[in-house]
Amino acid sequence: MAFEDQRTTVYKIDPDHPESETLPTLRTEELLLNMGPQHPATHGVLKVILELEGERLVKSTPVLGYLHRGVEKLAEDGTYHQFIPHTDRLDYVCAMYNNFAYCRAVEKLMNITVPDRAEYLRTIVAEVQRIVGHQFWLGTQALDIGAMTVFFYCFRDREILMDWFDELCGARLTTSWYRIGGVERDFTPSLLEKLKQFLDYFPPKIDEYIVFLETNRIWLGRTKGVAIISAEDAVSFGLSGPTLRGSGVDYDLRKDQPYSAYPKCEFSVPIGKNGDTYDRYWIRIQELYESVKIIRQCLEQMQDGPIMADVPSVTLPPKERVFTNLEAMIQQFKLFSQGFDAPPGEIYCGTEAHKGELGFYIVSTGGGKPYRLKIRAPSFIHMGAFDHMSRGYMISDAVTIFGTYDIVMGECDR
Amino acid sequence: MSLQQLANRIQENYSTGFVKAVEWRGDLTVTVTRDRLHGIAQFLHDEPSMDFDYIVHVSSVDWPDDEERFEVVYEFYSIRKRHRIRLKTRVPESDCIVDSLTDIWKGADFMEREVYDMMGIRFRHHPDLRRILMPDDYTEGYPLRKDFPLRGKGWRDTFEFLDETAR
Repeated sequence: MAFEDQRTTVYKIDPDHPESETLPTLRTEELLLNMGPQHPATHGVLKVILELEGERLVKSTPVLGYLHRGVEKLAEDGTYHQFIPHTDRLDYVCAMYNNFAYCRAVEKLMNITVPDRAEYLRTIVAEVQRIVGHQFWLGTQALDIGAMTVFFYCFRDREILMDWFDELCGARLTTSWYRIGGVERDFTPSLLEKLKQFLDYFPPKIDEYIVFLETNRIWLGRTKGVAIISAEDAVSFGLSGPTLRGSGVDYDLRKDQPYSAYPKCEFSVPIGKNGDTYDRYWIRIQELYESVKIIRQCLEQMQDGPIMADVPSVTLPPKERVFTNLEAMIQQFKLFSQGFDAPPGEIYCGTEAHKGELGFYIVSTGGGKPYRLKIRAPSFIHMGAFDHMSRGYMISDAVTIFGTYDIVMGECDR
Repeated sequence: MSLQQLANRIQENYSTGFVKAVEWRGDLTVTVTRDRLHGIAQFLHDEPSMDFDYIVHVSSVDWPDDEERFEVVYEFYSIRKRHRIRLKTRVPESDCIVDSLTDIWKGADFMEREVYDMMGIRFRHHPDLRRILMPDDYTEGYPLRKDFPLRGKGWRDTFEFLDETAR
């Protein structure tokens, strides 16, 4: 078979050894390999065209958009309240944090201050969501790399929190619990009790995950020194969250632009050194401990009080009143169907979700619907660095890199 | 440096390209002319007192009634200085092109591709300006433009569906 392709390169096997002279000259050429869109390790429908030299990646081109549903276009057609359930479907693993980021953006646009208790409730649930997100990430990344046991342990503990969400708002994944100006409902005593039990139960389980992985030579071999990105490149690519902090950049919106109840809590932001997959894993593990700390502090500091800001022109009336009082029902109906009158202007509000900076850029021209709503999705921006981070590594490392971004295609393609 | 001082610094250095600066809800928005956009962005990135090393997002807004129809929006952040700026420029529909910022921030690559895909604004010197979320062979135009109907223009009606009841 003749190789007339211009890209063909010719190697000789080991010219220093005389026996190799008897071997025929090896001809190699670059190979194009389609990975996905239906591949279990791509975390959704994602295709990457890999250009290979042997088993090394020379260039990779992500092909996105298989899950594009036009969420930004849909936002322009509905009122601000109506968009909250759409945010659940962005990053479906971490719906609570999407609700949170969106509600914060609208509150910034409407200049609403959320009452103290609501801020604490929001922070607690957001951190519970961060734990769920990191558990999901750890389980699937370990599974992708070949450490199957951790997956079961992570999902066993995640299930407790999923049931907790179910009790809180009636749904496990598509939660829609946050509301503009507050939250939908308060914790019941049973929820508080279950959360406290979980906080005692969980830290030893994190140690358990660590023991599984840190004694696993395959895990260490496949994460240490893989997919290294320098701090300078990571910043230039706009990476955020643990993916950025793994390279040693101290950027966490919870600290840098404090919001909600975070400024009242003491916690540290773990920073990596080498910028490899292992450091990003280590940061996420440490964040699990930090989340537990934040939730504990919030539970201690939280006082009784209203859970919704008192701005009747924007915020929804309490559910009990909607069912018993005609005016409240009319108010609820009008807020959902016509919306509130937003002032003309534009804002950007970023929130530190567990994947990175999830931001909403809203342009309003007045009226009940956003004129333009842009979602800054961390997964999408991380995919921009995929080619840079994968060059020179093996095909199997491509799977590690999807995992290390904690990519969810619902958010990436929107 | 306060946001007002930031805006003043840009105005001093680029009096010809500077259009206006607006501060609202704690966000600073600076509008500049299209031909000076790349220069001002380079200045924001390189100047030590500015130090905008982080690109947050690239976005676009469609104003169909205006003479210069499209607005390209960039948002930058400085990780060391911890300040934020939004840079905007306007482009007319007939000449829908701006200079790409991929040579300054590498992350601009995918973000600008998304703007091209959704709004049809082209970026000069962009290394790989193709559609990113919509299919490569999509011919109906640019979905986020205001004249694009929410339900689409009928492209998906051309798909063949298997009739479940016909079996």
